[in-house]
Amino acid sequence: MTLFDPAWIDVAILAFMAIVAFVVALLRSVFASVMLMGIFSLLSATLFVILDAVDVAFTEASVGAGISVVVFLGAMSLIPSPKAHGRTRPLLGALVCIACGALLILGTLDMPTYGDPQAPIHLHVADRYLSESLEATDVPNVVTSVLASYRGYDTLGETTVIFTAAIAVLILIGGSWRDGVKAPARADKETGDA
Amino acid sequence: MEFPGLYNYWIAMVLMMMGLYIVITDPNMVKKIVGLSIFQVSVFVFYISMAKVRGGTAPILDDRFTVYSNPLPHVLILTAIVVGIATTALALALLVRIQAAFGTVDEEAIKALERET
Repeated sequence: MTLFDPAWIDVAILAFMAIVAFVVALLRSVFASVMLMGIFSLLSATLFVILDAVDVAFTEASVGAGISVVVFLGAMSLIPSPKAHGRTRPLLGALVCIACGALLILGTLDMPTYGDPQAPIHLHVADRYLSESLEATDVPNVVTSVLASYRGYDTLGETTVIFTAAIAVLILIGGSWRDGVKAPARADKETGDA
Repeated sequence: MEFPGLYNYWIAMVLMMMGLYIVITDPNMVKKIVGLSIFQVSVFVFYISMAKVRGGTAPILDDRFTVYSNPLPHVLILTAIVVGIATTALALALLVRIQAAFGTVDEEAIKALERET
C-alpha cells in the first residue's frame, strides 16, 4: 500500500468511528453521547461513499445523523437526565463483550478479503441485477431498481413496519395520557433522583 | 495478505461490541438506545464492506464503467436504516412512558422502586 492509496481514507474513518464509540462508552452525559452518536452516523455515511454505497450514504446522513438525533433530543426534552448511577456490572459486561467479539473476529478469518471480486457474495444474483436491470426496469441506478422493482415486496414490508411503529408511537405518547399520570410521576421523581 | 485485508470487518466487530457494552452496562436507558444505534450502524458498516469490489464504482450504470460494487447489500441496508429509525422512535416513546410511570429512566433506580413496592 502506497502513501497515497485511497484505502488510507477507509482506515482513517474507521479509526475515527472507533474513537467516537469509545468516547460514547466512557461518557456519563446523555446529551453528549447523543451528539456523538450523530457524529458517528455522519462518519459512517462518509465511509459508505468510499465503499461505493452512495444511496446508503445519503440515507444514513439524513436519517441516522439527522432525524435520529432530532428524535433523541425530542425525547430527552420529556425525560430529564437524572444523576448518573454507576455502571451495572462493568467487569462482567466487558468480559461478555470481549468473548463475544473474539468469537466474531474468529468468524471473519474465513471470510474473503476486502474487495475480493471472487467473493461468493458477488457471484450469485448481483451479476444478473447489474447486467439485466437497465433493460428490465429502465433505471440506471441499480440500487433503486432492485429496491423498488426486484425486491418491491421487501420495501412493502418495510413500509408496514414503519406504519406499525408510527401507530405504536402515537398510541404511547400521542393522546391525552399525560393528564392521568402526571401527578404520581412528579412524586416518584423526587424519590428517583434522591 | 494485502493491507486492508479483513481490517474493515474487525473494526466493525469491535464497534459492535462497544455498542453491546453500552447496552449491557449503562444504567441510563436513553444511553442504552444510543448503544443500540451504534451497534446498528456497525452492522451496516459490516454489510457495506462486504459489498465493495476492488476497483469498482457505485452501482449506477454508465457506459464508461464496467466494474461495479454489489448493489444487493446496499438495498438491504437502505431498508435496515429506515426500519432502524422506526424502532428507535418506538423505544424512545416507551421511555417517555417509563419516565411518566416511574419518574426516572435509570435502570437501577427503577429496580429500587420496584423493590420498595
